[in-house]
Amino acid sequence: MTAQAKPNTFRAGPDERGHFGKFGGRFVAETLMPLILDLEKAYAEAKADPAFKREMDRHLKTFVGRPSPLYFAERLTEHCGGAKIYFKREELNHTGAHKVNNVLGQILLARRMGKERIIAETGAGMHGVATATLCARFGLKCIVYMGAVDVDRQSANVFRMKMLGAEVVPVQSGTRTLKDAMNEALRDWVTNVADTFYCIGTVAGPHPYPMMVRDFQCVIGEETRVQMQEAEGRLPDSLIACIGGGSNAMGLFHPFLDDPSVEIYGVEAAGEGLTGLHAASIAGGRPGVLHGNRTYLLMNDDGQIQDAHSISAGLDYPGIGPEHAWLYEAGRVTFLSATDEEALHAFQLCSRLEGIIPALESAHAIAKVLEIAPQKPRDHLMVVNLSGRGDKDLPTVAKHLGA
Amino acid sequence: MTSRIEARFARCRAEGRAALVTYVMAGDPDPETSLAILKELPRAGADIVEFGLPFTDPMADGPAIQAAGLRALKAGQTTAKTLELVRRFRAEDAETPVILMGYFNPIYIYGAERFLTDAKAAGVDGLIVVDLPPEEDDELCLPALKAGLAFIRLATPTTDDRRLPAVLANTAGFVYYVSITGITGAATPDFGKVSEAVARIKRHTPLPVVVGFGVKSGAHAAAIAEGADGVVVGSALVATLKETLDAEGRATSGTVAAVAGLVRELAEGVRSVKKARAA
Repeated sequence: MTAQAKPNTFRAGPDERGHFGKFGGRFVAETLMPLILDLEKAYAEAKADPAFKREMDRHLKTFVGRPSPLYFAERLTEHCGGAKIYFKREELNHTGAHKVNNVLGQILLARRMGKERIIAETGAGMHGVATATLCARFGLKCIVYMGAVDVDRQSANVFRMKMLGAEVVPVQSGTRTLKDAMNEALRDWVTNVADTFYCIGTVAGPHPYPMMVRDFQCVIGEETRVQMQEAEGRLPDSLIACIGGGSNAMGLFHPFLDDPSVEIYGVEAAGEGLTGLHAASIAGGRPGVLHGNRTYLLMNDDGQIQDAHSISAGLDYPGIGPEHAWLYEAGRVTFLSATDEEALHAFQLCSRLEGIIPALESAHAIAKVLEIAPQKPRDHLMVVNLSGRGDKDLPTVAKHLGA
Repeated sequence: MTSRIEARFARCRAEGRAALVTYVMAGDPDPETSLAILKELPRAGADIVEFGLPFTDPMADGPAIQAAGLRALKAGQTTAKTLELVRRFRAEDAETPVILMGYFNPIYIYGAERFLTDAKAAGVDGLIVVDLPPEEDDELCLPALKAGLAFIRLATPTTDDRRLPAVLANTAGFVYYVSITGITGAATPDFGKVSEAVARIKRHTPLPVVVGFGVKSGAHAAAIAEGADGVVVGSALVATLKETLDAEGRATSGTVAAVAGLVRELAEGVRSVKKARAA
């Protein structure tokens, strides 16, 4: 990048064409373009309507169970012997992860738009479960696309979705994982244009999705600001979160982007290591165009998308949200990565020290807390996003531990 | 100078018929067979040939073309090799327009400017890039027009009269009307509605309008040819090719002939519909 003045705010993006710097955009087939423009307009209207916010707030409180606590992780803090570590407890939300914050917003928007058929893609199944849950709550038809490989390794979530009345479609195309589930959801949308709303689960896809999903997830960071003020009387000194597409991270980070004293760390999945199979798009990828936006992607020299690998199905995606790509190049967020082994270690340590079994996704963030926290002074306030609970991962972890 | 695309449509008009546009995937099932097919297409009656650029994640394509792309990639096809096949085709056929069709990422990674230069030099006439709507014209469409390559746009049933001018603004060569809301090779369109849609688009542009998606037989081609300036067939050809492959996915002695056979049937269908002749 050429030298350029630092923007006076990191929170103004995207521009009217959906660009965060050179990232983002609307790289979709013509059939979808009018739908995306409709969605953009409907979202702008909803955002400006106080009644929409009131409805969101009411459901967030009584259905999701917000605000989620900001919890002082006392024994993990003692273990690390440095920074004072807080968990933002997103795993306590209804359905067990941060995903529901975004799904609630999109489902309320779909209802405003008169759409009665909801489609979604899912990897580990947490976004699928959240979508199935809210479709049940509001009486909407729900179809979830899930790679056939993920259907096999996340059978409990498949059953949860079916219990909630959703149809789960195993995707047999391509590599049969999350990216193919997203391709298949886009193929459904291009076919069922009149009645269907595509509920994307992360801060990726064509504009306005990265912005809209971010806005719905910002409740995480906004609550954290207030809660840290109550607990410590000041801002945190650092934030850390795992990143697949990056919605839990963006939700925590965004409200703090313009506070220069706050260090921000995103943790990608390094899988078997960055020289082997992994899912770290920033560390191991480069800018390209997939699923409607320009961002960092894992690909070969000919621009063919490569398979991602992570022990965590929720991080097993060859891309990252475009705003993260921009924040990386702007130098505002520091990107790190944690391997499968490091995440497994953090998973067990957190369970035993804090009585909280984290999702394998969140365990990637905890793994880096174990490295960074000991280097910080005791008055350093660190917030880690505990984005999901680990029940869904117990079979995977048991298999790796040979239990 | 009249472009190869303009010249070809002028010839079809002079013959009082619609044009047949055929799509096959570059490198499917291997580079040499795909070049042999490409060479055979005009002899079997294709007027314009589309050559697919394989991509791992073709989000607007149905199972037939998805599988074709993966076969080509498995056989080692790359963007550079596709351009080389076009160059070899062009060495023997100076007239048939060649359109490359695909997705943006492989082109972006090749380098947009370098791609345009090399494509032009190889003898490519136009590009169809599925995931570049007019909103992203700066990326490739405007540089392509500058480089002398037609940027052919897809118009769809969701492209209403308000949006059509934007879609047509930087389109050159012809307009490709997607007959259905859906992916390639899926539903067969309602032919009556297609004729209405073509008439609607023609009110906005002097360019030829061709129609594709869901055309599987000579009879379908004839039905589309009634109202359109051209008919595009892709998935049906790719599916026919696949039927001839051996258990390991390799070409057999019947592969080229089978594809050519279907093209002859489609060409007869197109030629069975007489249209007003124009000079």
